[in-house]
Amino acid sequence: MTYLYAAYAATWLIHIAYLGWMAMRYRRLQREIPQLRKDR
Amino acid sequence: MKRLFPIFGVLTLILLSFALYEALIGAPTEQTMGEVQRIFYYHVPSAWTAFLLFLINFGASVVYLIRRNPKADAVAAVTAEVGVIFCSVVLVTGPIWARPVWGIWWTWDMRLTLTLVLWLIYVSYLMLRRFSTSSQTPLIAAVLSVFGALDVPLVYFSIWYFRTQHPSPVIGRGGSLDPRMWHVLLINWAAFLCFAFLVCWSRYRLERLQREVEETQALEALLEQRGVR
Repeated sequence: MTYLYAAYAATWLIHIAYLGWMAMRYRRLQREIPQLRKDR
Repeated sequence: MKRLFPIFGVLTLILLSFALYEALIGAPTEQTMGEVQRIFYYHVPSAWTAFLLFLINFGASVVYLIRRNPKADAVAAVTAEVGVIFCSVVLVTGPIWARPVWGIWWTWDMRLTLTLVLWLIYVSYLMLRRFSTSSQTPLIAAVLSVFGALDVPLVYFSIWYFRTQHPSPVIGRGGSLDPRMWHVLLINWAAFLCFAFLVCWSRYRLERLQREVEETQALEALLEQRGVR
């Protein structure tokens, strides 16, 4: 049972880590956009 | 399309929860391997989803090579990245399943090695896109993708043509899976497909936004260099 739960947990850890990384990139871009508009 | 996103997100979450329930409780216990066989309901749909994403990446790359369409290039970049994530799940859940069943985490047999090679090809594809500064990067990446996609059928059919430790295919060539297990497998695959679609959708929007920011920054730098501003 330990292996089963480890596999399921690992699957969602990978997906959640990727979603977190995407959210981080999105927030960084959102911060850059007003700066670019100001520079214009 | 933007308004549909939360609705589709909630539906996917419900489907994923139902698929998880079916995989852990609804599906019958396999007689030889016992409970650990339930890893199958995450391992196989993840592999099929990764293959599908790599095939879409191949199609988008061919379209880019023919038409030089930036949207096709963006689709190729997105599907390769999400495909690598699903392929990573396959490479992680496989050894966790192999350890209690085969007694080893890993063996260099044809199916496993080719899957690792597939993962490495697409990781190098993403590295190329990330670190190359050449204006030809999308073109080189598209060519690499066309060659990389050749590994997908090799991985899939390796268990048909080579003697391997990996179990036989569940589709074709006399694959015999209990109908209730088939049912749970298909529910999980449908759930993973919906989830992959949502992730690709979000990633595509992010890619477009990132390209817009990069283009604006490049334009700003060019104007500054020419002393226009």
